This record gives sequence, C-alpha cells and structure tokens, in this order.
Amino acid sequence: MKLKKFTFPYIIWLTIFIVIPLFLVLLYAFTIGDSKDISTFQFSLNNLERFFSSPVYIQVLLRSVRLAFISTVICLLIGYPIAYIISRENPKKRNTMILMFVIPMWMNFLLRTYAWLTLLGRNGIINIIITKLGFQQINFLYNDNAVLLGMVYNFLPFMVLPIFSILTKMNINLIEAAEDLGADKTTTFKKVIFPLSLPGVMTGVSMVFIPAVSTFIISSLLGGNKSSLIGNLIEQQFMYTGDWHFGSTMSIILMVFILISMAVTSRFDKQKEGEGGGLW
Amino acid sequence: MRKNRLIALVLVVLSISIIIAGCSEDKPKVNVYNWGDYIDVDVLSMFEEEYGIEVVYDTFATNEDLYVKLSQGGSSFDVIFPSDYMIERMIREDLLVKINKDNIPNLQKVDDQFLNHSYDQNNEYSVPYMWGTVGIIYNTSMIDEYPDSWADLWDEIYEGQIIMYNSQRDTLAVALRKLGYSLNSRDERELEEAKVELIKQKPLVYAYMGDEIKDAMISGEAAIGVVYSGDAVYMKWENPDLEYVIPEEGTNLWFDAMVVPKNAQNKDAAEKFIDFMTRPDIAAKNAEYIGYSSPIPEAVELLDEEVQNDPVSYPTYEEIENTEIFNDVADVIQIYDRIWTEIMSAE
Repeated sequence: MKLKKFTFPYIIWLTIFIVIPLFLVLLYAFTIGDSKDISTFQFSLNNLERFFSSPVYIQVLLRSVRLAFISTVICLLIGYPIAYIISRENPKKRNTMILMFVIPMWMNFLLRTYAWLTLLGRNGIINIIITKLGFQQINFLYNDNAVLLGMVYNFLPFMVLPIFSILTKMNINLIEAAEDLGADKTTTFKKVIFPLSLPGVMTGVSMVFIPAVSTFIISSLLGGNKSSLIGNLIEQQFMYTGDWHFGSTMSIILMVFILISMAVTSRFDKQKEGEGGGLW
Repeated sequence: MRKNRLIALVLVVLSISIIIAGCSEDKPKVNVYNWGDYIDVDVLSMFEEEYGIEVVYDTFATNEDLYVKLSQGGSSFDVIFPSDYMIERMIREDLLVKINKDNIPNLQKVDDQFLNHSYDQNNEYSVPYMWGTVGIIYNTSMIDEYPDSWADLWDEIYEGQIIMYNSQRDTLAVALRKLGYSLNSRDERELEEAKVELIKQKPLVYAYMGDEIKDAMISGEAAIGVVYSGDAVYMKWENPDLEYVIPEEGTNLWFDAMVVPKNAQNKDAAEKFIDFMTRPDIAAKNAEYIGYSSPIPEAVELLDEEVQNDPVSYPTYEEIENTEIFNDVADVIQIYDRIWTEIMSAE
C-alpha cells in the first residue's frame, strides 16, 4: 500500500513523456491536414496507402531491417565472447575491464562517429599507413560497410553489458553441478551457461536492433547519404518537407515492425521471467 | 550523509535562483537567429556596447529548420536570416512584419542591384545580408581536366570524386540547369527528367554532404564539389589548389537577408540590430571573417584589394547574367519530396 504513493510521480512521468507523445504520433499518423492546425485534421488512411503503394518506401524499410539485422548478428558474435571472457575474470579485474569498455560511451555519440571520418577517409590515418606500406588507397567510407561498422561500433556495448551482467549473476553451483556430473567444458557451456544467459542475449539483441533500425545519423555521416534508411526518410518529412502526418505514419510502421521482430525473438526466450537482464 | 544532501539541495536552489535573477534583469534584449558560422562574433559585443542591448544569439542549419521553428510557434526571435525563397514563403504565410525603413538609414548603402527582387518586391520586409552564387569547386592538383559546366559532373573520368549537396533544391537545380530547364521548375515531367539524370550520376558521386563538404574539399577527400561561392572563398584560403567556376549553363543567384518575424518581442531593437549589421564597417568585418560577399559597396571597398577583385566573391555583371533566384515551390513540395526520396533511395 505504501508503495503506491511512490508510483504516483512515475505515472505522471509516463503520461507526460510516453503516453501523450505516443498518442500524438498515432493521431498524426492516421490523419491528414495542416500539421500546425489541429482543427483541420481529418481521419485518413492515405498515408498508409502512400507508404505501401510505393516500392521505394518498402525497399528502404527492408534495407534498414537488413542492415540492422546484420549489425545485430555481428554485435552478438563479437559481444558474447567479450562478455564471457570478462565475466570469467576475478571481480576486481573484471570491473576494470568493463569500465574500460564503457568509458568511450561517456563521449558524445556524434563525436565518436565523426572520429571514424578522420580514421577512414581517403587521406585518413588508416589510408596513410596503408599507402606508406606501398599498398593502394582503399575507399572505406560512404558505403554499406561503413554504415555497418558505425552501427556495430556504437551499439556493441549495449550487447555486451546485459550479457555480462547475467553471466556474472549466474549461479555458480549449477555450473559446478554440471561438471560434477561429468559434462566437459563445451557441454557445460552448451547445456547450462548459454541457455541461462539467453535473457541477457535477448535484451542485448533488442538494445542493438532498435537503435540500429531507426538510425539516421550513421547512414548520413558514414554512408554519405547515398542510400537512405527509414530513419532518413522520417527525418526528411519532419525537418524538410514538413509533412508531420506522413512522418508519423512511417514512425508507426517502423514501431510495428520492431514489435513484430521483438515478438519473434522473445519466442526463443523461454525464460522470460529469468533473473534480471530481461527487457520485457 | 544527511548533511551532504542538505548542502546539495541548498546549492541547487541557489544556482536556480541565480539563473532566474540573471534573466529578470531589465536590460533590453534582442534574439538573433542566424546560420551557423555566419558572423564575426566580435560584432555582437560591439553592438551590445554601443546600444546597451543584450544580444541572445543562436544558430540554425537549414532554411527549412528555421521555417519549422518559426511556424510551429513557441519560439520568439527578433531577427532571423532566411534565404530568398524562404522569405517569399514566410511573407506569403504572414510570418513576418514590414520593417520601418526610417529606422534603417543604412539601407541606402545597399547596392540597388541587390534590392527589390521577386522574393520581396519593394524590400518591405528584408535587408540583404550576404549574396552569392552556386558553382563547382575543384582541386587542380587532383584532376587534369577541369570542369566548367554542370554536364561535366556526369563525366565518368570523375568517378568517385564528386561531392554533391545533400539538399533538395540545390542538387535538383544542378540537374535542371544541365537539362536547360529553370531551377524553379514546377513541371512534373521536367522534374522526372532531372531525377533520372541524378540517379544516373549516383555511381559517380563520392557522397552527398551538408557543411562537411568544406572539410572534405580542403583535405582533398574528393576532387570536385558543388558549393556556395562564399564557402568557396573560405576553402580557397585553406587550400590554394582549389578553384571555383560558375558553370556555363548558368546557376543560382542567392541572397540571405535579415527579416523580423511577426511574433518578435522587441521590434525596435531588431531594427537597430539590422541597421548596425548594414553599417559598412560592420558589414565589412563580417564579410572579411566569413568570406561571403557583402551587398554593400562601401563595405566592399574596406576589404583587401585582393578580395575586392576576386571573381569568386564579386563576379562581374556578365558572369551573373545567366542566373536565377530561387522561388518558393512550397505548393508543389509533394512532388519535390517524392522525386528527392526516389533519388536518395536509389541503389
């Protein structure tokens, strides 16, 4: 009963910063009219139709999902071993290591992305070294690979941290029991450690996939705006064309897409009520 | 522990009250909203000293950015610096107030050829700040054949060397002029043709950029770029290998001007500020600092001889004869939006 008093500010917060904005996006998404004047709004599914009747938008959406999916897989392949290795260290060393991993995140996201421009540019540091060694200059920037690199680099910590936290909290008795019962290292990992760490993996996957699928800065800076992602098209509607209705429609479609993919991943996650680390 | 928390609380309350107290001072204020990197900031303190009016200075990145901020309300600026076509749109949508020319005596100092253009017929709303053209900048140390027309940007020898603007109007203007159409085209068929051209050009393009184009050209990331003349001047300062050319098909002549929004809080201070910015010595200081071209002859005379005779900043009348000023195309913005989306999404 006493707790209820403390949930009150939380509910206000939720209403002001989540429920009302979300409602506004929904309102804009299913109406047309002058976006500055709410009295001109009329219910309409025109914008939905516009999205699904033009191959351009579907193509861009699929492209965004594809790039986000690839970067999530890469983050998982790199992030899981990192989290595993760090979690096996003794607590003191392990905290230092995870701190080292987190420190770059204290710097602004944009700055870190800009830094890649000076590293990867035609006259960037990497190319200077390559040409000094007598090799041909390589075009790293302004293609899909550069965008993927930007996504993996920026979002990798979001994969490592939840996996790390669930691995360190894991009940060591279970692992010892498995070993006592004759399982070798690989079997223990496959049958005990990995299944128990799944909630962390799922959290990591969501936390990488969601920002990756909706990013517009990375494709703009590292992709040179050469092929838009869905985030770029949404930005264009809000910042340039001024059609907030169509922009909102695209945001809603993207949200539905994210929800579907999260539903799919959580089906693999049988221990949803696992010990923390889960997002849902 | 308790004690610490109490001290922290006291500190927070104190700092908030200091901030509030700072705001409630009686000194008059003028809210100025300008393009990023588009003024010599010393000028602001000179204005504060001379008039005893505090300048609150903020910057934007694109005309559309400015438009959204202004038309959505909630923000109040006294002086803003939109470009030609955006001024036309803002006048049409009744977002600006007429200026009182009596309060801006320095308006007489502006060269007649920069006044009374189509975006503001009798200069009732705007006072020109800077002007220029759009052209091609190229790095003479990186290519052997120098471009002199928009069509050259489709030449395969420049593959991977071309930087275009990530801006609907500026980039479509290039293709439209290449095809011999007006850069204010409202004809869907002409715009479709321009789209086909730009998609055809895409494999040759290194990147579509905003302001980063300056750094990229200076550091030699790419050999050719489409840029505003004022930026070209700055780039040439930083890298003498760069040259600027106005393409033979003709180009865009643009103006950035100072206007007063309808919801301005302090119109009086706004006019004082505009007059101050139009004073030759101040205009010269700004032009010298940012490299853009001033529309005030007396200010130009104060600049270095070399700058005065630089054809990039101050081209002869013949050179800008074949130019067009942007008109507002907001009524066909849906077509522009679709065309641009299709260009930028093409693989």
